[in-house]
Amino acid sequence: MASPDTAARPRASTSPPDPTTGPKRRPSRPDAAYWLYLLPGALLFLLVIGGPLVYTGYLSLTKWSGVGDPTFVGLDNYRNLLTDDVFWTSFKNTVAMIIAMVVVPTLVGLVLAAVLFDTIGRRFRPRTAAALRAAFYLPQVLPVVVAGIVWGWILRPDGALNGLLDAIGLGALSHDWLGDPGTALPVVMAVMIWVQIGYPVVVFMAALERVNPELYEAAEIDGAGWFRRFRAITLAQIRPETFVVGLTCTIAAMKVFGPIYALTRGGPENATNVPSYFAYFTFFKRLNVGYGSAISMVLTLIIVVVAVLFIRAQNRAERRDGAL
Amino acid sequence: MAVTLTPPRVTHRRPDRHHRGAGRWIVLVLVTAAALAMLVPFAFMLLNAFKSPGDYSTNGPLSWPTEFYTTGLRTYWEQVDFPVKLWNSILISGSVAVLAVVVSLLSAYALGIGRVRGRLWIIGLFLLANMLPQEALIYPLYHFAKEAGLYNTRLAVIIIFTVIQAAFGTYLLASVLGAFPRTLLEAAALDGAGKWRILWRVVLPNIRPTISVLLVFFFIWTWNEFLIPLVMLIDNSTQTVPVALASLQGDRLMDAPTTNAGALLSLLPAILFFLIFQRTLARGITAGADK
Repeated sequence: MASPDTAARPRASTSPPDPTTGPKRRPSRPDAAYWLYLLPGALLFLLVIGGPLVYTGYLSLTKWSGVGDPTFVGLDNYRNLLTDDVFWTSFKNTVAMIIAMVVVPTLVGLVLAAVLFDTIGRRFRPRTAAALRAAFYLPQVLPVVVAGIVWGWILRPDGALNGLLDAIGLGALSHDWLGDPGTALPVVMAVMIWVQIGYPVVVFMAALERVNPELYEAAEIDGAGWFRRFRAITLAQIRPETFVVGLTCTIAAMKVFGPIYALTRGGPENATNVPSYFAYFTFFKRLNVGYGSAISMVLTLIIVVVAVLFIRAQNRAERRDGAL
Repeated sequence: MAVTLTPPRVTHRRPDRHHRGAGRWIVLVLVTAAALAMLVPFAFMLLNAFKSPGDYSTNGPLSWPTEFYTTGLRTYWEQVDFPVKLWNSILISGSVAVLAVVVSLLSAYALGIGRVRGRLWIIGLFLLANMLPQEALIYPLYHFAKEAGLYNTRLAVIIIFTVIQAAFGTYLLASVLGAFPRTLLEAAALDGAGKWRILWRVVLPNIRPTISVLLVFFFIWTWNEFLIPLVMLIDNSTQTVPVALASLQGDRLMDAPTTNAGALLSLLPAILFFLIFQRTLARGITAGADK
């Protein structure tokens, strides 16, 4: 999970003369030959993504257990979704996931990156900042399921968290953290913050390297305090990265599956259910393929809409900057 | 201990900015404390991976192990046939990384350099494909794989992830190649090189750093994938490292030390890659942000 590029956007303005439109040079060379290079990618794409997506769309209009032939039922599945409490709960929990995986990590990540870069990187040795950054980034490196299983054990009734509470005399607070519908969601959110925090820190620190250090020094000499510098320089300079982090993390939050599977399987009483787990469960445990497909299609639609809104907002912001 | 990362509040710095100032030390202490808090789960895991089940049940999760107990590690290693899982993960992730880079490069060549008609739409399509929830594909993939006799084979997973990763790779490489110096291409064309030769002899050598970053990303992303391997790979001989750990957790109640031993074994490769590839990754992230 990384966001390698903020650079990838259509190059409308910079496109050099298109060789294919220059009729005097090589009129006999159509760009058709290039289509051949697109062929493997296109075929694989149709086979693995395009075809299955369309098929899921069709299945969402049917009733099917996976065996025999699907029965066409029109929009029944979607109508049922509207009155399904679990469905609404799962989308409500998506909002919680967005808070835990996007909002908190981005805000904390901004401050941490700025502190690591501006304060620690410059007042102490840069290596100190790099070592601290690695500690924050470590959870991002692990298979998220492995992290989920370790946390699942820590939070068990006989796990390390309760052990720790006992040891410091707060045994009264011991709790079945993941087994209680009241605490399961906040605890899962905390785990997701832990998983996610390193990503914005790393991306933002990389972005800050781009910023001319003289800017900070000049601001400091002019008497700008840490917070002024943070607002006027850091935030302004790394806005493109903030967009990328916001977009990629929001999509990851809406798709989150592994940690839920490892920690709670959506329980207890659906307190931590999310759309992707709900869909998986409906497909493979309840064998209700049509209904699972409808859940997946709704999730897909929402993700696409959010992505398009994000990208348009980013383009607007860029144009505004360009106009200045 | 749920990692409270309250942003350290920084006191207003006094003008003597070069040295001294308790402020910076307070900041260092706060950030270091937060960083250590991030590592606490790993410490818990290490502490309990080498503990016997009896020791765990009498002394709890926080005590120092009474003996250096490695049976948990060995039990997990043998129970899941760990070397097989490791090989499956390496085979799948390695094949996907290479194949996805090749497919991305071919498509991006047509899109970024060939500038085929409608390329913006095609690139947009690939980008969206990368964002799709895998649930929207999983049932048909599962169903078709069964029909085609590819269910429960590593090949099925390799094909699927090649396409999913290539969707991102195409998007990224198309923009990199869009900025490729035209003069280089024209010079090669004047020398009589065809498109195929230009791709491998001129384009590829010039974007090698980006390619190596993509290889590493694809490898690690595929290694960490969960849903599709969970659905597609159902027996001991085909499962990957993360799926093995998760399915053992589901099957029977593993005792805490074995859980921790399994988790430790499962995350060691990831940490190893991280250390090996750290440079490439750091370069990749900066290279991306640079533009």
